Amino acid sequence: MSEQTQSVLSIRGAAKFFPGVKALQDVDFDLQSGEIHALLGENGAGKSTLIKVITGVHPRDAGSVTLSGREIHPKHPGDAQALGISTVYQEVNLVPTLSVAENLMLERQTLKFGFIAWKKTESDAKAALDTLGLDIDVNRPLGSYSVAIQQLIAIARAVALDARVLILDEPTASLDGEEIKTLFRIMGELRAKGLGIIFVTHFLDQVYAITDRITVLRNGRLVGTFVTRDLPQIDLINHMLGRELAEVSSHRHLDESGFTGKGRQIQIKNLGKKRVLEPVSLDLSGGEIVGLAGLLGSGRTELSELIFGATKADSGLVFLDGEPVMLRSPRHAIRAGFGLCPEDRKQDGIVAELSVRENIMLALQGRRGWLRPIARAEQQKTADEMIKALGIATPDSEKPVGQLSGGNQQKVILARWLVSKPIFLILDEPTRGIDVGAHADIIKLIKELCDEGLALLVASSELDEIVAFADRVAVMRDREKVSELTGADITQDKIIAAIAQ
Amino acid sequence: MKINERYYPLLATLAVLVLLYGYGIVEHRAFSDTYVLGALLTDNAFLIITAVGMTFVILSGGIDLSVGSMIAFVGVLMAELVTGFGLHPLIAVVISMAVGTAFGAFMGLIIAKFDIQPFIITLAGMFFLRGMCFLINLDSVPIDHPFVSDFGGFKIPLPGRGWISAAALLMLITVIAGVVIAHYTRFGRNVYAIGGDRQSAELLGIPVHGTIIRVYTLSGFFSALAGVVFAFYTASAYPLAAVGVELDAIAAVVIGGTLLTGGMGFVVGTFFGGIIMGVIQTLIAFDGSLNSWWTKIMIGALLFGFIVLQRLITRSFSGMRAGAT
Repeated sequence: MSEQTQSVLSIRGAAKFFPGVKALQDVDFDLQSGEIHALLGENGAGKSTLIKVITGVHPRDAGSVTLSGREIHPKHPGDAQALGISTVYQEVNLVPTLSVAENLMLERQTLKFGFIAWKKTESDAKAALDTLGLDIDVNRPLGSYSVAIQQLIAIARAVALDARVLILDEPTASLDGEEIKTLFRIMGELRAKGLGIIFVTHFLDQVYAITDRITVLRNGRLVGTFVTRDLPQIDLINHMLGRELAEVSSHRHLDESGFTGKGRQIQIKNLGKKRVLEPVSLDLSGGEIVGLAGLLGSGRTELSELIFGATKADSGLVFLDGEPVMLRSPRHAIRAGFGLCPEDRKQDGIVAELSVRENIMLALQGRRGWLRPIARAEQQKTADEMIKALGIATPDSEKPVGQLSGGNQQKVILARWLVSKPIFLILDEPTRGIDVGAHADIIKLIKELCDEGLALLVASSELDEIVAFADRVAVMRDREKVSELTGADITQDKIIAAIAQ
Repeated sequence: MKINERYYPLLATLAVLVLLYGYGIVEHRAFSDTYVLGALLTDNAFLIITAVGMTFVILSGGIDLSVGSMIAFVGVLMAELVTGFGLHPLIAVVISMAVGTAFGAFMGLIIAKFDIQPFIITLAGMFFLRGMCFLINLDSVPIDHPFVSDFGGFKIPLPGRGWISAAALLMLITVIAGVVIAHYTRFGRNVYAIGGDRQSAELLGIPVHGTIIRVYTLSGFFSALAGVVFAFYTASAYPLAAVGVELDAIAAVVIGGTLLTGGMGFVVGTFFGGIIMGVIQTLIAFDGSLNSWWTKIMIGALLFGFIVLQRLITRSFSGMRAGAT
């Protein structure tokens, strides 16, 4: 197969550095016309950075991007669009208050004597939708249609712009089964017309349903490009998660736990929410670490948020020592002694402008209620103790948390929960974006916490990490708990097999 | 066939206008005379001209608080040019409108380039222009010139006792021009797009900065024109003229059915909105027993109603960003 001549988009040695992070390194990528090419990888693998380099959101730091044999340097998405690279984002980037026709024809309206000829403009819009087999009233505001239709309209606009390359960034995340079928039919038709389509998703069944080839990225590097039908799913997952050749052996079993007292019992029964998570049941007890494994989008984060009340469940209950816990909001969960260190700590966890001390005191204060303030001296004492105990690298307790490194921010969040003496702590990706030193510190901390009788649920996409500390592992797939592994069954191989089965 | 939801606020505006006007005709015989209509068009001409410019600003998701001061500033500047420098009023009009438009463009440039809240910049513009008025002139001065009296004397008779004045005619031309710019030019549609969702507009390849600068230039132009009409209409200039007109203009735009957060609305609605405010004033004057502050109470109540109506319409939209509402 003479790949070079057929490639519509060809990337060689692409690299992108951000301060302290090599987001993309030496990545090659080829897109042929008339193919649907999946771009896969876990969070932080470099998918979105690669797309941003292609569309000109970020200038590349090295390498070349060639479109139909000509090297391009798009400066912004508009540039890329003009060159023939159109992108449809998960969050529809159209104007909800304008009519469908206008959204399709903005800046391309037919002019007569300098004024817009509406009849012609509308019929052009209709024609653009006809190519996708979409028959709707183009004069109604875009916002009055469902997200699925809006998604299709965005694709229609991209196609109408004479795109040669179409990038679909997680287009199916908010669509239901029927809508996905329609989208796939249209993708198939566009492929037949010779468009090259890059399809970013985390639904592996969709990858196998529609794509021709797969490119996998991990940690900003290219793992490889594969023909979809020749790549078994288990191999794909292996590529995505990546595995150290030597199996980590620092396995830890329940009997090694330093905790000997009677642990509190936490029972999660059929906790679920429509379109978010199928009902999940899981038991934990004090002094135990349960790992939550699964690919991105498998429901790890969703389960954490349901247990913490950040998302309201519409089925199921959580029991603490046999008593049902009311979980209508995080406030209730905190009162019950639950804690959550979220995945995206910048957005959900820390308050960057507040000092280390104030961040540490947040949960405890929240639990006591705002009418009973904690004395300043007591705050100071607790904060200083925590900074020492967790080894938070900060000159003093009054430094704004936003100025600390990622690992230290994570420790501040941990400290916040520890001072509120929780019964049950959920850590979602506790080691994401943290340097190696802090990484080991945090794992050590997790184990120590458990020895003190805390029940821990740790969600992570790093399998070696889960294998290293978990007493039990719950495996999630497609927003469902598919398996629970204990004892000697906790190996990377078994976890991958459970994800892939 | 279902009526397009974009027309709901405009239909509500029309319904309010018909109800109020109808009430006036039923209650007061003289209300049906074209004299009332002519007076409405003339008395509210400067307000509606300002409000047409304000419509573009609000459609783009911004606000322009400087328009009231602009009206006074243009009047004072013109008076100075005519009486102090002995220029012909038409030349004074050209110069002051050029200054006013340039000032609008300057504010737009700062808003776009430095990405600053329009509220703050135009607030600064409001103080600055009001202060400039006093720098030129401390007192009310008449603008005495045959051309100005001719402007005041110009009349197109209407059937009945009414007539259309030069101010009303200029206002009607402005409204038509506004409708054409808003609905039949790419610039106009880009204003809607930016007000609807600025981030998306940028990704759709719309020149956001250029459009925003042009929006404030346009508002500067229209409010300067309103200043000219106001000065000719009163045949005088006063540094404290048109205080608070920016708020009346915003009210006219919102009562006219334009979404205060931008992206949806009609210039012709603003015309009706301005007329509604005039009708309320006239009704209260006709009644005779009511305090004139009832005008404000009525307008306040109407604003509440329209803002809630807008909220109900946009809330039914899917995919509307939190930031866009």
